[in-house]
Amino acid sequence: MDVRSQMSMVFHLDKCLGCHTCTVACKNIWTDRKGAEYMWWNNVETKPGTGYPTKWEDQEIYKGGWEKSGSGIELRGAGKRKGLLNIFHNPNLPVIDDYYEPFTYKYLDLIESPLQDVQPVARPVSLITGKPIDIKMGPNWDDDLSGTPDFARKDPNLKNLSPAEQEAMFQLEKMALYYLPRICNHCLNPACVASCPSGAIYKRGEDGVVLIDQTKCRAWRMCVTACPYKKTYYNWSTGKSEKCLLCFPRIEAGIAPACMHSCVGRIRYLGVMLYDADMIEKAASSDDKDLINSHLNIYLDPHDPKVIAAAKANGVADSTIAAAQASPIYKFVKEWKIALPLHAEFRTLPNLFYVPPLLPVMASVSEQEKSSTPQLNPIAKNWDDKWLYDTSLDSIFGTIDDLRMPLKYMANMFSAGNEDLIADKLKKLMAIRIYRRHKTVGDISAEKSATALRNVNLTEAQAEAIYNLTSLAKFEERFVIPAAHREQAIEMIESTADVKGSTGFGFLAKPARGL
Amino acid sequence: MDFLLFGAFPYVALVMFLVGSIYRYKTGFKYSSLSSQFLETKKLFLSSVPFHVGILVVLLGHLVGFLFPSLFLSIGGESLVTFEIVALSFAFAAIVGLISLFIRRATSERLRMVTSKMDVLIELLLMAQFIIGIWIAVELRWGSTWYASNMTPYLQSIWTLTPDVAAISAMPLLIQLHIIGAFLIVFLIPFTRLVHFLVMPLHYITRPHQIVTWYWDKKKIRDVNTPWTITEPKNN
Repeated sequence: MDVRSQMSMVFHLDKCLGCHTCTVACKNIWTDRKGAEYMWWNNVETKPGTGYPTKWEDQEIYKGGWEKSGSGIELRGAGKRKGLLNIFHNPNLPVIDDYYEPFTYKYLDLIESPLQDVQPVARPVSLITGKPIDIKMGPNWDDDLSGTPDFARKDPNLKNLSPAEQEAMFQLEKMALYYLPRICNHCLNPACVASCPSGAIYKRGEDGVVLIDQTKCRAWRMCVTACPYKKTYYNWSTGKSEKCLLCFPRIEAGIAPACMHSCVGRIRYLGVMLYDADMIEKAASSDDKDLINSHLNIYLDPHDPKVIAAAKANGVADSTIAAAQASPIYKFVKEWKIALPLHAEFRTLPNLFYVPPLLPVMASVSEQEKSSTPQLNPIAKNWDDKWLYDTSLDSIFGTIDDLRMPLKYMANMFSAGNEDLIADKLKKLMAIRIYRRHKTVGDISAEKSATALRNVNLTEAQAEAIYNLTSLAKFEERFVIPAAHREQAIEMIESTADVKGSTGFGFLAKPARGL
Repeated sequence: MDFLLFGAFPYVALVMFLVGSIYRYKTGFKYSSLSSQFLETKKLFLSSVPFHVGILVVLLGHLVGFLFPSLFLSIGGESLVTFEIVALSFAFAAIVGLISLFIRRATSERLRMVTSKMDVLIELLLMAQFIIGIWIAVELRWGSTWYASNMTPYLQSIWTLTPDVAAISAMPLLIQLHIIGAFLIVFLIPFTRLVHFLVMPLHYITRPHQIVTWYWDKKKIRDVNTPWTITEPKNN
């Protein structure tokens, strides 16, 4: 047993309101530079949608992640053989047009415009060439299902859905959406690290953050291909790749990353997970159906005396072990089992888990009932839970066809196609809703609430704890970050504000493009 | 004059190459192949691949001829013709790739943004060097043989710090130009993107896939018997 600690995350999708505040916080701190304009280390996608870069989930196009090969696994589009053979020209490299050409507007034209009969216009100009361009694409042009025929319809997760099921999803009355905020997953089996020919990318032993050493990066650009989440970006100006660094200067000081700190919906949780590094290879190579289970089995119980002893023997600090015991991630993922990794089938063993969204699934519309009976009495707040929130578990999960967002679609994203697994999580979330409704509104009987909880193997205390961490949790409960015992050292050398705008921290010279 | 060009300049070039490359490496950030594939990928395939394969084989040929001249001298008759044709075709691949790389850069607005003056200069130099080289191979026949018998001694004399200038002074102008061009390129390497050949990722073949880095010895620092203040802090 080789116990290490890992900074892990949970994003609660039911709480995400799609405001992009996380994205803007990240952009302002890290990627507001030449060559990095197109990089969105944090982005929020609308689902169904094609995401950023366009159709990133479709590995037939991008060849990212790992695939089974014999008893082991190999990188799909990079790796030792494919990577070195393709080093002069990488056929699987996404190019700027798969993202979008970064642009700004000539705002000065508005100010300097002479007096004239027509309104002056700020023309869009490319941030690459500086010339006027026709904007073809932006990083989130499919927001809120805009341009559905072009974007949402081409969502790679729809591939296993029958045409009828797809049609049902996009009927105007049935249309539903949810948001998928994404950052780097800081994987346990990172494909970017494995693909880097120069060995510039590494995983930090202390907290598992995956970083790119900017002095070692030689622009062989294999990481861009290998990362199935397309979260490594090539800076065309400096000739180096860059990626999300989990705001390591902040987490080392015990502060939440900027995206999480600024999250308006408070959907984000960050904490320590103890894991057994010896189990990674086996878990990553397991069969598709066992993949998620063996992934989650890597994480160890931080209360187990044996695990604690092994962690201490391995040099894990006491403060880190204490943080692991209070970790909100451990509760969501292991104790309550309501969070799942995104696209486990890529086999990188990501450390970002999602509580799947319940609302788009639950809000099934029944046209007849809606028109014949008044659903919500505006004064009495009498809820007819038959049309909007059908609180009887059996009928909701009885027929998948009734759901606005087919389970199969959700399963393609969060459970490697396993519909039972995702249904299990959604049932739990629903049971907690029923329980809380019984508590607060009281129109659901105690018996029904108890049955609902029993059906999903949750105790009342657990339901209360889930409710608390989901809805009421304060900052310190959502972010349990142990100090890295390095923060004083860094603060002694430099002020983080002084190096804003540089590529990471610790350069002696200003980063500039090579000759 | 000949002494300056063939006796002194090679040393200036080699010293500049060594010192410059190491200095640039030590200062860190600027070692990169500066790939432009992200901005343009379609035309790159038919230019970059033939250029790289071509120049690598041609360079390897020059190196083998320098290190093992007897190997080249032993080739004769029909196999000499075949050998020269194969070698020449790689040179042609390289020059064709180089020219289309040049056209690619010249015609794309985006690529012009990531093209420095040095890029243009080194590309023109390489082009000239290849044209002269091919010209020599065609004009002054069976180069692989006389390279091994006449050029290798000169290169070795540079290596042993006794440059044999007289031997080169007697050579045709084309060959003299090719030698000057070669050392000029060597001289310029530290100032161009060519440095990326020095960091060829061959170590990737033997390296384990995953890399985990620890700031300090993870066990030593937490050992109760040795307080961490004893371990010298590494970053200040």
